[in-house]
Amino acid sequence: MHADLVNLTAEPGVAKPDPLLVADGVTRAFGGLVAVHVEHLEIQRGAITALIGPNGAGKSTLFNVLSGFDRADRGHWTFDGAPVTGRSAHRLARRGLVRTFQLTKTLGRLSVLENMKLAATGQRGERLVTSLLPPLWLKQEREIQHRADELLERFRLAHMRDEYAGTLSGGQRKLLEMARALMVRPTMVLLDEPMAGVNPALTQSLLSHITDLRDEGMTVCFVEHDMDVVMGISDWVVCMAEGEIAAEGPPEAVAQNPAVIDAYLGKRHDEPGTEHDHG
Amino acid sequence: MDWAVIVSDAIRSGIGPVAAVYALAAIGLNLHFGYTGLLNFGQVAFMLVGAYGVAASVSTYGLPLWVGVLIGLGSSVVLALLLGLPTLRLRAEYLAIATIAAGEILRLFYRSSWAEPVTGGVFGLQRFAVEFYDVNPIPRDTYGIWLVRYTSLDLWALSVAWAMVLLTAGVVALLVHSPWGRVIRAIREDEDAVRSLGKSVYAYKMQSLVLGGAIGSMAGMMLAIQNQSVNPDSYDPVVTFFLYTIVVLGGAGRVLGPIVGAILFWAILTFFDSALREAIGAGYVSSEVISAPEVGAVRFALVGLGLMLLMIFRPQGLLGSRKEMLLDAR
Repeated sequence: MHADLVNLTAEPGVAKPDPLLVADGVTRAFGGLVAVHVEHLEIQRGAITALIGPNGAGKSTLFNVLSGFDRADRGHWTFDGAPVTGRSAHRLARRGLVRTFQLTKTLGRLSVLENMKLAATGQRGERLVTSLLPPLWLKQEREIQHRADELLERFRLAHMRDEYAGTLSGGQRKLLEMARALMVRPTMVLLDEPMAGVNPALTQSLLSHITDLRDEGMTVCFVEHDMDVVMGISDWVVCMAEGEIAAEGPPEAVAQNPAVIDAYLGKRHDEPGTEHDHG
Repeated sequence: MDWAVIVSDAIRSGIGPVAAVYALAAIGLNLHFGYTGLLNFGQVAFMLVGAYGVAASVSTYGLPLWVGVLIGLGSSVVLALLLGLPTLRLRAEYLAIATIAAGEILRLFYRSSWAEPVTGGVFGLQRFAVEFYDVNPIPRDTYGIWLVRYTSLDLWALSVAWAMVLLTAGVVALLVHSPWGRVIRAIREDEDAVRSLGKSVYAYKMQSLVLGGAIGSMAGMMLAIQNQSVNPDSYDPVVTFFLYTIVVLGGAGRVLGPIVGAILFWAILTFFDSALREAIGAGYVSSEVISAPEVGAVRFALVGLGLMLLMIFRPQGLLGSRKEMLLDAR
């Protein structure tokens, strides 16, 4: 477990010693349904934080709001000390907050290598006028390609380098999306269900890639609803239920937390004989 | 039935100035639709503002031709911004709706009696291409080989138009193979992915819309100059659909697709036209079945049939890659 997080109280909204992302009063409602209502959440720098909760708990909505893909109705949040409330997704990405998607968004009719090179930031050749003058960007392009090749090697995708990304298997797409996010040189990666739809053999490899990210100094936050996956690799677990943070703490503590068990199994599971409320 | 006439008609049309104009407009549309995935159903509107930029500047206001060209280009940029600002943040369909409406609104506006002092209304404008033909270096004669012959005026217009086509295709080739092109092709695949990687999707879509629209306006100018007249009703929505036909026929997202598409489109269209007329003339087709005035409509029906067959047997177009096309189905 992450050393800085050892002595914290396991309660919702607890302050972290070195938070990278701090959210306050973030609310998002769809019509009458309050999908997210987070009073206070801090995400520790350099740690792996898992965001768990049953389906419909608001995990993905919170992710979308924090990464600029959805707007919040209320609330504000800071990233790396700077206020970034309502900042658009591409600006957040340039600041170092990069996300992946639950349904992978590989760019099918671009090659795997092109997918990677696209993600590098600050490319001179991406500006309309300079793009017409290859001498101005070819050197940078070679550097980017070199970095892309290294990452493809590390994620075991080098053999697919020149294939269309649309030909990759589901698991390979997850790997490509993760590798591509690294091309942005993020300080924090938000992974939306990185293990969803991946065969068990590849799950282990994906998990080790996630811990590698932390070991390189990146902050990782990922959404997952399968508790078992979370236990092994997380430094800290945040559990959401009905849009709110029901509990947070180290994995072992959260697994024992009655609020978490309630969230997953329904509130009245320990009261035999009472009618279960499915509404 | 004279096959030499039919074939030479088809060739003359396929490499003629009108085919060049359509190739140019289709290059712009290919940048929108084939590379960026923008559904622009109003490419004809860009041609219209380009054509009238030249025609009204020279004919109505007596300005030099080059000023008219700049005004035409400027109008297309303004039009692209007006169309793009409200719609490019929304889903793709909104641009389609806005562009198809804008095309018709502009045509009706340019032909209105209110605009007549500037645009000539339903009568259109003439006598604005004099400067263009004054600098024609080709002596007055007819040129060509076999039955494929052009007047010196047509030869001058088609040389300039095809030169513009090649130049524009060269620029587009440079663009789409650069990192800039990588971004717009990625936007075609999935906007959100591109956004999550730190690119301003909106800015790129706007650049593509402006650039493709400006190319369309150059095509409109060339069409006006080649006809030596403009009339609002030659810029009706069907032109845009011909352009889509050309892009799809040649292969969307291929640099040479619009050029190959335009040549073939006009060659095939004229082939059917000429063949039907010859067949009626020779009595192979009774004038009871198709009379000469109906040929114009029937040839489009035949082109439509050809397109359906193309979609069934070669949906990626002539230059497209089948492998890439099949990925799309996922």
